[in-house]
Amino acid sequence: MSAAPQVKFYQVGSFAAGNRLLGPEAQSDQADPGRSNALTCGHRACQGCGEALGARYALDAAQRAAGGKVIAVNATGCLEVFSTPYPETSWQLPWLHSLFGNAPAVAAGVAAALRAKGRTDVRVVGQGGDGGTVDIGLGCLSGMFERNDDVLYICYDNEAYMNTGVQRSGATPATARTATTQAVGEQPGAPFGQGKSLPLIAMAHEIPYVATATVAGLRDLEAKVHRAMGMRGARYLHVLVPCPLGWGTASHDTVRIARLAEQTGLFPVFEATGGVVTDVTPIRRRVPVEEYLRPQKRYAHLFTPEPRTDVIARLQRVADRNIARFGLLAQEEEVSS
Amino acid sequence: MLKQTEGSRAVAETVAYCRPEVIAAYPISPQTHIVEELSRLVKSGALKPCEYVNVESEFAAMSMCIGASAAGARTYTATASQGLLYMVEALYNASGLGLPIVMTVANRAIGAPINIWNDHSDTMSQRDSGWIQLYARDNQEAADLHPQAFRLAEELSLPVMVCMDGFVLTHAWERIEVPEQTQVDAFLPPYEPRQVLDPDEPVSIGAMVGPDAFTEVRYLAHAKQMQALEAIPRIAEEFREAFGRSSGGLVHPYACEDAETIVVVLGSVFGTVCDVVDEMRERGVRIGALAITSFRPFPLEAVRTVLGGARQVVVLERALAVGIGGIVSANVRTALSGIQLAGHTVVAGLGGRPITKESLHRLFDDAVAGRLEQLTFLDLNTELVERELARMAKTRRSGPSAENILRDVGSNR
Repeated sequence: MSAAPQVKFYQVGSFAAGNRLLGPEAQSDQADPGRSNALTCGHRACQGCGEALGARYALDAAQRAAGGKVIAVNATGCLEVFSTPYPETSWQLPWLHSLFGNAPAVAAGVAAALRAKGRTDVRVVGQGGDGGTVDIGLGCLSGMFERNDDVLYICYDNEAYMNTGVQRSGATPATARTATTQAVGEQPGAPFGQGKSLPLIAMAHEIPYVATATVAGLRDLEAKVHRAMGMRGARYLHVLVPCPLGWGTASHDTVRIARLAEQTGLFPVFEATGGVVTDVTPIRRRVPVEEYLRPQKRYAHLFTPEPRTDVIARLQRVADRNIARFGLLAQEEEVSS
Repeated sequence: MLKQTEGSRAVAETVAYCRPEVIAAYPISPQTHIVEELSRLVKSGALKPCEYVNVESEFAAMSMCIGASAAGARTYTATASQGLLYMVEALYNASGLGLPIVMTVANRAIGAPINIWNDHSDTMSQRDSGWIQLYARDNQEAADLHPQAFRLAEELSLPVMVCMDGFVLTHAWERIEVPEQTQVDAFLPPYEPRQVLDPDEPVSIGAMVGPDAFTEVRYLAHAKQMQALEAIPRIAEEFREAFGRSSGGLVHPYACEDAETIVVVLGSVFGTVCDVVDEMRERGVRIGALAITSFRPFPLEAVRTVLGGARQVVVLERALAVGIGGIVSANVRTALSGIQLAGHTVVAGLGGRPITKESLHRLFDDAVAGRLEQLTFLDLNTELVERELARMAKTRRSGPSAENILRDVGSNR
């Protein structure tokens, strides 16, 4: 059974109701001084790296849920590069990196070997960035979903190829500037109508569990990892991890930016089982997309030299559509009524 | 047990006796019968414990083998042609990570033009991938090479390809001595990985390596293949002792002791070549043949020893290195450096064109008479080629060559 609490936790911007006031069962995995610390400090991620934060919380939670018996398989990308500059490694769990586009298949291979050996106690987590997951690794990931291989695959989505110098991926949002979607021309940045939602693609495979999360909701992330680890078969977790370098944000703003992504509706946070949405994290304080876009240099061309209100309005419609599609405001309406 | 069976089936049964724990495979002609039979053996419970995984591509097949092998399972797959090329990125990775995966390649041409028949273009393209490559002369050897391949792979922690000619061997029915389970068990101990993904003893595998250590790591890959030059004949000898027949090894010379002309080949054409050698010997021609079983590592010493005393060497290539000629020839030439000896490259049997005894007789007669060019395309229809070359010279839009040639072939009939 999952050790995660069944109640929803909200980060309120203060530590007043932090772990100390909760019973040991309800405390965050990170509050445990004896936690696994799967990804140790001393790695070479940038300051404020959302991916390092997300990976540490996710894998520590996976370790706790599996009694320390986790094997991690990593795609090529920032997480792999900053954590294992030979002869050093930041991983305190068995960890395997093979290629950019094959982490789901390699993880499935590990799972197959464990199954053949009757090791039901050891669990497998695959992980990669959005490039390795949404683009080059999609074939292998779809195969893993289709076979329902016993793997939890976690995508750390920072919405572009950050490791190679910020080029667009299939997860890059419309209008975002990257090195291959420059802020020039009539329609600066990434075009509208491109990109793909991998959580929805995952749901179409009707796998046991699909969820999204952000590093603004770390308790939520931990709880979802626990829930996923309590199941067998193919499970998919898509975590939004802002990248200060690629997004052009302050290192100390990573969590704030992630929260704004949730609160605008641009990144819907939800859970699905068997292809059906079962739960959403409602937006408690809805903010216009402009509030999310403005602090990010990748959207600077929407504000200078003159504001592109037309484009911002179009992005607002994207957010509104997410809010309607996933019912993200349902709870607010309940509260206000 | 001696039985009349298909090459693919004999290989599949032998592989099953090697007790692989994970098989990941994607179907491609002419490999299909091997993986079909293995899937049946696993599903029927005859081979257990074993996970047979149907994957969505050869890239995934090899990737899954990488994960399974790294997790400590004995791992097997089979492929051919385009499938092998689709795996390429993972092939280099498997050898770089030192994972003892065994793979059968049912040798087949590479398109375009698409062609499903046999030649060695596929595996020759992977000669530098860090995999050991063993070529079977017949179906008996194709089956026998598999227990040896697992032994070799696991002793050295290197992946091994067993190459068998597509259709010519895979689909041929003949009398084959399929090993017994007890024999294989005695010959092949359970797999004990050198490094394994184990939560009780965590290691990081596949770290990023910069210029400070990369050359050394690559050197070690080479050094391990050099160790294989010693291990391959030793394992073949142990196999002979255990099974009572000889298969494998580095090279197989045939009538080479006093030969002035030696024909070098890989794979199943060796049988035809030996027949022609016999017939020419009856006429008093001092000719011999050499089959290279271990193409990677390339047995420089063994090849030099056999060929060193000859007057000339004819290398029968089953693949074309476009822009230069022969792949095997270049390797043979390295073995013969410092030795004055005429060398000829003959590109033969591409895309399944039959290599007939009649053609070989003509070819070897030319060689013996000193009429053979440096580079020869056996049975090339020069008239067809020249017609197309003329067409290409005349107009910028000559159309697709392959289709033109097929039309010409049709009009000739």
